[in-house]
Amino acid sequence: MTTTTVGHAQSLRRAQSSRAARDRHTLPRAERWRRRGPLLPALIFTIVVTQIPFLVTIWYSLRSRNLLNPGSDQFVGLANYGDIVLDSTFRQAAVNSVVITLGCVVVAMALGIGLALLLDRSFPGRSVARTLLITPFLLMPVASSVLWSMAILNPTFGLFNWTIGLVGIDPVDWTSTFPVLSIVMALVWQWTPFMMLLVLAGLQAQPKDVLEAAQMDGAGPGRTFVSITLPQLRRYIELGLLLGIIYVVNTFDQIYLMTAGGPGTASANLPFYIYQRAFLGFDVGQAAAMGVVVVIATIIVASAALRLIFRSFDVKE
Amino acid sequence: MTATAPPRDAGAPAARAPRRDPATRRRSTGMLLTTLTWILAVGFFFPVAWLAMTAFKQEAEAQSDPPTFFFTPTLDQFRAVVEGGSGTYVLNSVIATGVSTLLVLLLGIPAAYALSIRPVEKVSDVLFFFISTKMLPVVAVIVPIYVIAGEIHALDNIWTLVVLYTAMNLPLAVWMMRSFFQEVPAEVLEAAAMDGAGLLKTLRSVLMPMVAPGIAATALICVIFAWNEFFFALNLTASRAATVPLFIVSTMTSEGLFLARLCAAALLASLPVILAGWIAQKQLVRGLSMGAIK
Repeated sequence: MTTTTVGHAQSLRRAQSSRAARDRHTLPRAERWRRRGPLLPALIFTIVVTQIPFLVTIWYSLRSRNLLNPGSDQFVGLANYGDIVLDSTFRQAAVNSVVITLGCVVVAMALGIGLALLLDRSFPGRSVARTLLITPFLLMPVASSVLWSMAILNPTFGLFNWTIGLVGIDPVDWTSTFPVLSIVMALVWQWTPFMMLLVLAGLQAQPKDVLEAAQMDGAGPGRTFVSITLPQLRRYIELGLLLGIIYVVNTFDQIYLMTAGGPGTASANLPFYIYQRAFLGFDVGQAAAMGVVVVIATIIVASAALRLIFRSFDVKE
Repeated sequence: MTATAPPRDAGAPAARAPRRDPATRRRSTGMLLTTLTWILAVGFFFPVAWLAMTAFKQEAEAQSDPPTFFFTPTLDQFRAVVEGGSGTYVLNSVIATGVSTLLVLLLGIPAAYALSIRPVEKVSDVLFFFISTKMLPVVAVIVPIYVIAGEIHALDNIWTLVVLYTAMNLPLAVWMMRSFFQEVPAEVLEAAAMDGAGLLKTLRSVLMPMVAPGIAATALICVIFAWNEFFFALNLTASRAATVPLFIVSTMTSEGLFLARLCAAALLASLPVILAGWIAQKQLVRGLSMGAIK
């Protein structure tokens, strides 16, 4: 995590951007196309693979189509969207998506900040402790889901019930009684190391001379943390929350393997519910319309988030 | 806050002298924090250790109540996993992960070049487009992908996964490699050009060595995401093209006990990524933040 390069990279970027600005007005047509050349394969590939299916999704969402019933395909206008408005399970899945995503990201960030502060000291075996702490994030999500549902939260032989039994708490059937909480627990365990790594990078990027100066000025550890460390960390915390949300909102593995969205549909989030409609209900029109609604919601949230990303990444031309 | 300002509590240590010496107190606080750190580290790691322990148990020990902590380790479960037809799954995962990562680099390196070293116009618009595709929920496109793949007979075909994993990782890779390319000082490339090196020679012998570590870090992230991917694999493959995550799921049978075998499969499947992540921790941070954190 070398951070001394940041200043250099920034001045460099400024130099590059002024160069780009100058070039833009003077470049001949042929040179401009020569510059676009290397970009085009990646751009065209991404457009074809990600945008065309989405346009098809919009088309499907206006039709009634069931994979089990080939004759059913016909234009129905906005009927699929009307059904979504009336679908209470969809609303519940939307609420679950928000609860699971925010619950996981906020708790993981709080724990991540705590752990990062602990790791930002020098002590014997520090790199071993860090290595142990990042391992939950490296475990395959499918492996981590079955580990939690089968070995840890299992009502009869799970480790968790045995542990709470030591202090006299009765066993709980976690994934049936508290399905959303169980999923959030597994997700927090998986994502805390991610947040910790990002915050730790932020802590280590603090200019040491500023910290020393604060100490010389008589600021205690608490004061130094609030007035110097926290503002410095803000960018890293925002970035961690944002990336966490992008990834966690699409959570599927844990829900599929830990609760299958159940009991009933109590713990289904939107990805899981749409999956159910498409691949268990074979209702292409409905699933597509839900997909479109999710994308619209994402665009609203993302347009705010992207501004933040661009500030964090310091993207300039 | 200037470093030359006199410390405000200059007289404080003398006043506190009758109490414990501040250095001793700082040391004992340090010991306390170190102990706390270790307890938390071991606590966070414990589920992984439990997974590994369970993989070495007999089935009955794996599902005992109370949990079995002491047992004679056995390799039976690993043997069952290796001999239990996991070969096809591993081969499929290797193809999907390896080929898609190669394709990502093949498409992504020139794109990153065109967004940093010899920039096209509207760089930030292009970057915006790439990152916005990462925000597009996968569920919104799975239905047409499934239907189209069915119509062109590409269901249960490993190359379908290769194409999708390439598209999944490409935006990430472009962002990440651009951040590495931007660190290459323009003067170095200009100097090479002045020395009469052609474009290809400059790229190969000057640029590539400088960005090679960044490309390796990018490849690592792509490998992790492709190796772990489950949603596309679950919906678009059946018997022929199924990947390792599906093998783990397939060890959960409705008859008999399976937990120890499941843990053995989960451990083996996770091991490549765990080891790679342990070795390349620094690159991991940069990759996960898409190049934003250096």
